[in-house]
Amino acid sequence: MKIAGHPVPHESARGHVTGEALYTDDLAGRFPQLLHAWPVLAPHAHAMLTQLDASPALAEPGVHATLTVDDVPGENDSGANRRDEPLFPGETMYHHQPVAWVLAETLEAARRGAGRVHATYEVLPALLTIPDAAGAESLHAGPLRLHRGDPAAELRKSPYRLDGSFEIGGQEHFYLETMASIAWLDESGGVAVHSSTQHPSQTQEVVARVLGVPRHLVTVECLRMGGAFGGKEVQANPWAAIAALGAWKTRRPVRVRLPRVLDMALTGKRHPFLARYSAGFDEEGRLLALEATLYSDGGWSLDLSEPVMWRALFHLDNAYYVPAVDVSGFVCRTHKTSQTAFRGFGGPQGMLAIEDILDRIARRLSLPPEVVRERNFYREGQTTHYGQPVKDAGRISAIWQQLLQTSGFAGRRAAIAEFNAAHPHRKRGLAITPVKFGISFTAAFFNQAGALVLVYRDGSVQVNHGGTEMGQGLHTKIRQIAAESLGLPLDAVRIMPTRTDKVPNTSPSAASASTDMNGAAVADACDQLKARLAPVAGAMLGCPPDAVSFSGGTAHGRGNPVQSVGFAEVVEAAYRQRIALFAQGYYRTPGLHFNQKTGQGEPFHYFAFGAAVTEVEVDGFTGEHRVLRVDILQDVGDSVSPLIDRGQVEGGFVQGLGWLTLEELLWDAQGRVATAGASTYKLPSWCELPEVFNVDFLERATEPGVIFGSKAIGEPPLMLAISAREALRDAIGAFGPGGVVALDSPLTPERIYWAIEKGRGNLILQTTADSGVIRA
Amino acid sequence: MAFDFTLNGRKVHVAGVPPQTTLLDFIRGQGLTGAKEGCAEGECGACTVLLVKANGSGSAFVPVNSCLMFLPMAAGQEIYTVEALANGGRLAECQQAMVDQGGSQCGYCTPGFVVSMFAEQYRPERSGPCDVHALSGNLCRCTGYRPIADAAATLGAPAADRFTERMQRPAPSIGAVNHGGFLRPTTLAECFALLAAHPGARKVAGGTDVAVESNLRGRRFDALISLEALEELRVFRASANEIEIGAGLTLTEISARWTAAPAVWHEWLPLFASPLIRNRATLGGNLATASPIGDGPPLLLALDARVRIAGPQGERMLPLDQFFRGYRQTALQPGELLLSVIVPEPLPALARFYKAAKRRMDDISTVAACFAFDIDDRGVVRRARMAYGGVAAIPLRAVEAEETIVGARWNESAVHRAQDVMERTLRPISDHRGSAAYRLALAQNLLEKFWWEQQAEAAA
Ligand SMILES: Cc1cc2nc3c(=O)[nH]c(=O)nc-3n(C[C@H](O)[C@H](O)[C@H](O)COP(=O)(O)OP(=O)(O)OC[C@H]3O[C@@H](n4cnc5c(N)ncnc54)[C@H](O)[C@@H]3O)c2cc1C
Ligand code: FES
Ligand code: FES
Repeated sequence: MKIAGHPVPHESARGHVTGEALYTDDLAGRFPQLLHAWPVLAPHAHAMLTQLDASPALAEPGVHATLTVDDVPGENDSGANRRDEPLFPGETMYHHQPVAWVLAETLEAARRGAGRVHATYEVLPALLTIPDAAGAESLHAGPLRLHRGDPAAELRKSPYRLDGSFEIGGQEHFYLETMASIAWLDESGGVAVHSSTQHPSQTQEVVARVLGVPRHLVTVECLRMGGAFGGKEVQANPWAAIAALGAWKTRRPVRVRLPRVLDMALTGKRHPFLARYSAGFDEEGRLLALEATLYSDGGWSLDLSEPVMWRALFHLDNAYYVPAVDVSGFVCRTHKTSQTAFRGFGGPQGMLAIEDILDRIARRLSLPPEVVRERNFYREGQTTHYGQPVKDAGRISAIWQQLLQTSGFAGRRAAIAEFNAAHPHRKRGLAITPVKFGISFTAAFFNQAGALVLVYRDGSVQVNHGGTEMGQGLHTKIRQIAAESLGLPLDAVRIMPTRTDKVPNTSPSAASASTDMNGAAVADACDQLKARLAPVAGAMLGCPPDAVSFSGGTAHGRGNPVQSVGFAEVVEAAYRQRIALFAQGYYRTPGLHFNQKTGQGEPFHYFAFGAAVTEVEVDGFTGEHRVLRVDILQDVGDSVSPLIDRGQVEGGFVQGLGWLTLEELLWDAQGRVATAGASTYKLPSWCELPEVFNVDFLERATEPGVIFGSKAIGEPPLMLAISAREALRDAIGAFGPGGVVALDSPLTPERIYWAIEKGRGNLILQTTADSGVIRA
Repeated sequence: MAFDFTLNGRKVHVAGVPPQTTLLDFIRGQGLTGAKEGCAEGECGACTVLLVKANGSGSAFVPVNSCLMFLPMAAGQEIYTVEALANGGRLAECQQAMVDQGGSQCGYCTPGFVVSMFAEQYRPERSGPCDVHALSGNLCRCTGYRPIADAAATLGAPAADRFTERMQRPAPSIGAVNHGGFLRPTTLAECFALLAAHPGARKVAGGTDVAVESNLRGRRFDALISLEALEELRVFRASANEIEIGAGLTLTEISARWTAAPAVWHEWLPLFASPLIRNRATLGGNLATASPIGDGPPLLLALDARVRIAGPQGERMLPLDQFFRGYRQTALQPGELLLSVIVPEPLPALARFYKAAKRRMDDISTVAACFAFDIDDRGVVRRARMAYGGVAAIPLRAVEAEETIVGARWNESAVHRAQDVMERTLRPISDHRGSAAYRLALAQNLLEKFWWEQQAEAAA
């Protein structure tokens, strides 16, 4: 029986449903003498901390200690890519930035103690929007640039030209488990940290840096995360560092857990963007030239904003060939939370821009948007604007054609036209959009992974690898890969929590590549073990080593299924022959390169493809909408774990739907997050579940050179939700006489309402998205 | 100063715990970490637990947000957490369904979903398949809900087990509590005495507003006086000319008792918060909190409701439109209580409730509207009520707009006249839920939608 490719439940599913699966903060009760930490928060978006006296906190009953910059033995900085994140700032850079911490016997006492800390500030002017920051040349990075051909000249020659700009809102991760960490001094003088982190090695690095100790003194463990979505790729580090510093100072275990409102006020989000563009096209809607500038709101520190912007620029083409391109990106520095990785990592913002452009072109030419999109698809042999051949470009059209068929697109178009004609105050809209998403870290060195596989004498196996489990099903897939590789039943394989003392120097679990890389590293270790066990088994079975195969928990000679010997017996025999029963596996993704100066290279191992058809209905009285039906066709290669992959597609789509239609991040004039809480920031709930939701995988799609022929699935489906935005645009357009529908994102009921009113000619409202003008 | 309650079948003795500790924090501290804190404000359901509550002569399992219960509210209650549902190694049916359907990804929301799903499967009134709306107080950031819906769809009637057996027996009744400033009197007289003795005390019923204030804003009360054990607040009386609804009944309880409730109630109820909140939230709390965007006031204003108020000096009655005095201010004097809400019969012939919000379900209103009309055979409006939330500092009736259409024919031009009046008379504010201009447009358009829907219904 094949184990890989089989739909198995999540490896921790039983633990999830019984409540037995533990998360970092669930461990608090296991630490006697635990201290709880609460931050002292700066009340301004930008200010100099002129005076800080934490000592009054100590008068509060239950308060044990305070933490200030004077307590830092090492470096006062938790920055990931640049040393620009003082853990204890002298100049506060965003509203609520912690300036000190209070440690107490109870959380309540710590909170009261923090209220007693005396701090004074000199308020400084704050930059809170992209235009303000760009105007003041307040930048973290940029211009980052990709180009091909001479778009300026092509634009001049183009029969049609479109200029436009629009705003793209950010997104709060809202992982259900907020930031959490517990640190203590272990029995051998080391610092041990439980952290809800996607990148234990970097958490280890930052803790060691702050404590001023070598990394071998610090062990970081991530049991599992209650969701992360990129939010814990680098931003778990400061909280772990505070816990470790507290433990270092007090010699007692320290717990840092951000309650939801603090998590939302303090941690970074998906980057808001502003996109400006000029596109040239012909009468058939074919793109001839594209010039675009993207501005992202990076917040107060650099964080991952630079690679996020690169990925946005890499994905400005989405699935479309543009002959002449010049696109650049600027990361603006504002006095807000430091925006960070979020599922898609800039890709969604880049794609949104080109889909916006194509829809406007179609409506300008009175052509169906799906026709204009298809006309612009990459064909086999074409390369991207950064010079990478689009391998399997034909799949874009193949997926498109198949999905148009299976979703009954043409028939539904007609039915919708009929419905709309009969309903003046309710309109339906339909759209299909594609996704082409590049897989690999664009920082090439991250594309490596390690594993440590331990076989015990009873034939049971422990698998350690560098990846972390956040719900994406990585451990489930790795377990299937290990069991398949060793020919064992699933329950013979145990996946261990991720620890920096098992596999060192790991990469973050991100970029959708964790199964590709860690799975390959685990398979490598398993193959080594099999190679060592085969001669032993061969001797027991009386056949040559290369005729031995492992399956179903036994070893048998090929062509002789009757005679077999149990895996445990082979292992025991190998042990007695003094053969090492553990192996390290390693994998590096081959052939990646990219030159930032020339903007050319092949940063991706391959592309993941998919497409979605979405139908919506909009209420013209309120702007409210419903998603009636979604059809998705996704290329996952040969799925290692179909139940997991389907979950990623559906969950990613709904998360994208939230980003584009519901979730609205707002900051007030003081720089406070105005939507810092679950009652003001609305995630998709039951009513956002599409009424009909069909998900299929592309068949016969084996991806050579990737573990078991599979493809990455974590991020790409999020961008399928762009079809919902375009369907809404279609419906909005149906209220008016037709023509271009300019939209900012997200499409909240209010935004939709005003767009309808504008389309009906009832008002002239100036939004960013309105500046688009079409000239012939 | 101490009390007991039953947790997963075992007696727990509580002493020396601060009264504003949440039930969630307490049970997690007991090592029952299946319930999680996802938000601490009743929005995510990760903290869901079951209360055993009376149902006829037996009991039912009622799911609630444990983050919004102050621990002393649990005194005398019987509570189950996710840890109690599996029987040894055997998963409960809903747990197995969640495993099989791929209903968990990160798993953090899962215990809460399992508890809600369990309660729905074991709900005594349930006849058909599980209602997925029973799960709408639980948020999941990972799955997109489809596999959870499919898991719920597989569940039939529960097999006889220790839980169905428990449902045959009565629920515990809750009594007096005095725990570190948390006081739960059992008679009105005691309650008034306590209110007099603790002038700074805060009254609390379901706590779905008060606990949010405590958890999120760190508000600490001198004393909390719980109204939960007052039978006087739990009346439900339907007579020929009025319906009296106890201020202390939860919305779920009202719905179960009001068997002849008008259609507009059934429109209104599912739009109010989530089932988890409705299992705790009282009508009295909703009126007394006097939020300008609360959903109870527009409904009850449109139905011409009155409130019965009791104080140490006796009782008085007030029309609801005189109850709201300013932003979050009511006509209640210190030491007074809302006893009940009285809705006059006959109910208006035509009544509809609308709620516009960013999210269609389980969101606070941007604008809520309730329209209640009596129209005679000639199409002339005899009585019109247009009540709104979200258009001013208090919930109110658009009286001038009502006046323009009473006595006139109910047609499109009447709609437009009323809309013009609203343009002049309503002064909504801008905030993160919506701009003032949008709110005004909603107030106007919802009336038009109301009219339009009647035309569509008449045509059909
Ligand atoms: C997640 C969530 C969603 C919500 N959604 C909605 C919604 O959709 N629509 C909506 O309208 N509200 C909503 N609310 C608000 C809240 O649930 C309601 O206002 C609820 O009806 C309050 O009832 P309670 O019994 O819980 O009040 P409590 O919190 O116990 O009390 C609220 C206030 O009323 C006072 N009070 C309570 N009972 C009496 C009485 N009998 N006499 C005098 N004073 C009294 C208390 O002193 C307190 O000031 C929501 C709340 C949450 C947490
Ligand atoms: S913790 Fe979110 S509802 Fe209780
Ligand atoms: S499974 Fe992660 S929040 Fe639901």
